[in-house]
Amino acid sequence: MPFDPVIAEIRFGCGLSPRVAPPASVDAMLSRLAGPDEMAHALPITPYSRAEPSLREQARINRERREGKGTAREAETEAAHDAMREAAQALRRDAFQTSMARGIATGDGLRERLVRFWADHFTATAKNANFRHMIAPYVEEAIRPRVAGRFGDMLFAVATHPVMVHSLDQQRSVGPNSDFGDRRDRGLNENLAREVLELHTLGVDGPYGQDDVRELAELLTGVTMNPQRDDVYLPDRAEPGTETVLGVTYGAEASLEVVRDALADLAVHPATAWHLARKLAVHFVSDTPDDGLVAAMADAHLATGGDLLAVTRAMLGHEAAWSPERAKVKQPFGYLQSALRALDVPVGTVVGMERRLWGRLFDRPMVVMGQRWEEPEGPDGWAEAAGDWITPQGMAGRITWALETPSRVRDTLPDPRGFVTTALGPDAPAEVVFAAGAAEDVAEGVGIVLASPAFQRR
Amino acid sequence: MQRRGFLTGLGCSLAASPLVTPVALAEGPWDNRLIVIVLRGAMDGLDAIRPVGDPAYAGLRPTLAGNGLPLTDFWALHPSLAPLMPLWRAGEFGAAHATSTPYRDRRSHFDGQDILEAGTVGLDGARDGWLNRLLTEVPGARAGTAYAVGRDAMPVLAGDAPVSRWSPDARLAISPQAERLLGLVYEDDPLFHVASADALRIAAEVDGAQSGGAEMMRVADFAAARLVEEARIASFSIGGWDTHGRQEVHLARALEGLAEVVLRLRDGLGPVWARTGVLCLTEFGRTARENGSGGTDHGTGGAMLYFGGGLRGGRVLGDWPGLGDLYADRDLMPVRDVRAYAGWAMRGLFGVDAGVVERVVFPGLELGESPRIV
Repeated sequence: MPFDPVIAEIRFGCGLSPRVAPPASVDAMLSRLAGPDEMAHALPITPYSRAEPSLREQARINRERREGKGTAREAETEAAHDAMREAAQALRRDAFQTSMARGIATGDGLRERLVRFWADHFTATAKNANFRHMIAPYVEEAIRPRVAGRFGDMLFAVATHPVMVHSLDQQRSVGPNSDFGDRRDRGLNENLAREVLELHTLGVDGPYGQDDVRELAELLTGVTMNPQRDDVYLPDRAEPGTETVLGVTYGAEASLEVVRDALADLAVHPATAWHLARKLAVHFVSDTPDDGLVAAMADAHLATGGDLLAVTRAMLGHEAAWSPERAKVKQPFGYLQSALRALDVPVGTVVGMERRLWGRLFDRPMVVMGQRWEEPEGPDGWAEAAGDWITPQGMAGRITWALETPSRVRDTLPDPRGFVTTALGPDAPAEVVFAAGAAEDVAEGVGIVLASPAFQRR
Repeated sequence: MQRRGFLTGLGCSLAASPLVTPVALAEGPWDNRLIVIVLRGAMDGLDAIRPVGDPAYAGLRPTLAGNGLPLTDFWALHPSLAPLMPLWRAGEFGAAHATSTPYRDRRSHFDGQDILEAGTVGLDGARDGWLNRLLTEVPGARAGTAYAVGRDAMPVLAGDAPVSRWSPDARLAISPQAERLLGLVYEDDPLFHVASADALRIAAEVDGAQSGGAEMMRVADFAAARLVEEARIASFSIGGWDTHGRQEVHLARALEGLAEVVLRLRDGLGPVWARTGVLCLTEFGRTARENGSGGTDHGTGGAMLYFGGGLRGGRVLGDWPGLGDLYADRDLMPVRDVRAYAGWAMRGLFGVDAGVVERVVFPGLELGESPRIV
């Protein structure tokens, strides 16, 4: 098997680092992934259940603010509201910075990449201000602990998570014949059911029809969220009777276990296995991946009941994964992260960076590059194709960042003649080696290395 | 390090490249231009274009119902739009009133904007925007035909047809040596080579066209500069319309900004203004009644403002439902789908077939009788 440590770190990790050695073998990569999540401890992100301000707290402060308007308490309730907003923004920024910094420090870059992949696969976006700081905590809680676990467990954790439920309107979906639906004249919202089939499991070309969407929507009724309560399931909203999804009929007695059963079946459906295998291969290896690679991954999924560690092993064990051609382009987040890693920027420079500076150096440049943090335009997440990122505006953003930012985050920049090998490995293209040495000054030389296709591809 | 803008010399050499040669859209109806401005936050149509002749108006709006600038016996213009009065008189500024998207009742900005930009009746399954679906019908359209401008995502332009983006934050000013060396490292990678060359060219053009100023002015300048060249469609958004309190101050500021943008577009477009239609769409209107803090809350029916020499302005379109009969006893009653006005504008400007508008661009819409907006 043509394992190559440089490809391993660039294609499947967070990029080369002058401090952290690349993995020595596929087994080493997999055993790190199967082992403890060191970065989650070293650089923590608060999971949703403990994230403050919580939805409940926000609801309370918002209510007091409304009630306080025009009364003697107004100054106090307004101040409490402002403080809450500021705390929420601080949490969001800290989670963004920490997500970035984990990729600088980690020796387990594959895990960081898989977390981003699955967070994108299960894209949840904030539909109002109360959820804006909850996206990373949702990823930390529902997705990150399961990237080497069973896909069905991740699917269930996500589909019943308050952030996903709210993002796809599931709390509005009520069984029309349930007690609650009958009383309030409320009905189905198919949004979550549709996305589970189209995006999360079978894929848009999968073997399902509108009847399956509707039956799954009925089956999912009861799954809900409420800022005031911790319930994720309310039986009085569940549609009574059996539901049939993809030919399988599920219990007449609605319960969360029925939801779990149906999602477990979808998780190991062959269409799901192929959809996920292809999507992973497209994300990591090529926009047009090798058929044998996809088949090996799908087979592993089916043979193991959706064990994502086995699927990952199948990908890394296939020779097509190690093709010397760097077919993928780094998305903006991964681009900046790998640049910081190559530059050996101290974690403490990134985590805790002052708000305005962070906006200038990271948040807004990523928007110019086409990737507003945690805000893809739809539930289908970010684009994969290289051409969607390497646009005129994207390139303006990337080149400008590469030339201007390194000197803002490092006191002294590395010599470009050595940096070209640090960043690209021993086989750096000759024209980049030449250009790095021919630049007018150090910042320009470093910037040209980071702006080169060799660095932007993986 | 010494920095400077792009060499015009580079722009010259690139102009010969087939990648940047303007395409032949200038034939037939596709010589016209369409600009869609999304007014995010819900503009109060009843304050922008005031139905001062409606007997209920003054009572609903005790502090907001100024007289404004008379347009007709019935209608008056918000004073902050005074700079646009000459356009109104020239027939280059008009409005459609008592209109809305199909969105009803929940009055969420998020959902309202999604439906406005999807151009659909509901949100189920819609992933693309109506301007993008229009582009799929443009013969010879390519990425440079349509531009999403500004910092905001523009879902109205998202979809399968290629579009270009440009944000005023995007800039590219590098030393001659860096430019030369980057040219070298991109030489063998066509994707990077083409994108960076286009980036350099656009940055140089923007550099020439921009005189600086506020972000919205730069957005307007960029849109106009592209539309004068090969672009036919541009879209951007303007925020600041969510006037729950002290509307007198906040709406005035937003409308002044809009007026500036419109005049800037007109100046930037020059002779092309005569072939341009500008539609200003917002997710919904605001409550007919003023609230307790001198503002208005999320409502339903509102107004679409439109501009440009390619449209027939100088009037207020739409049957007036009156303010005596409010939607849900709180909002201006919408009497016509705002998509019908946009649809007729596209028909008139680009000759798009009615069936295409009703099936592809705005599925589920009945265009109805022509408002003769073009």
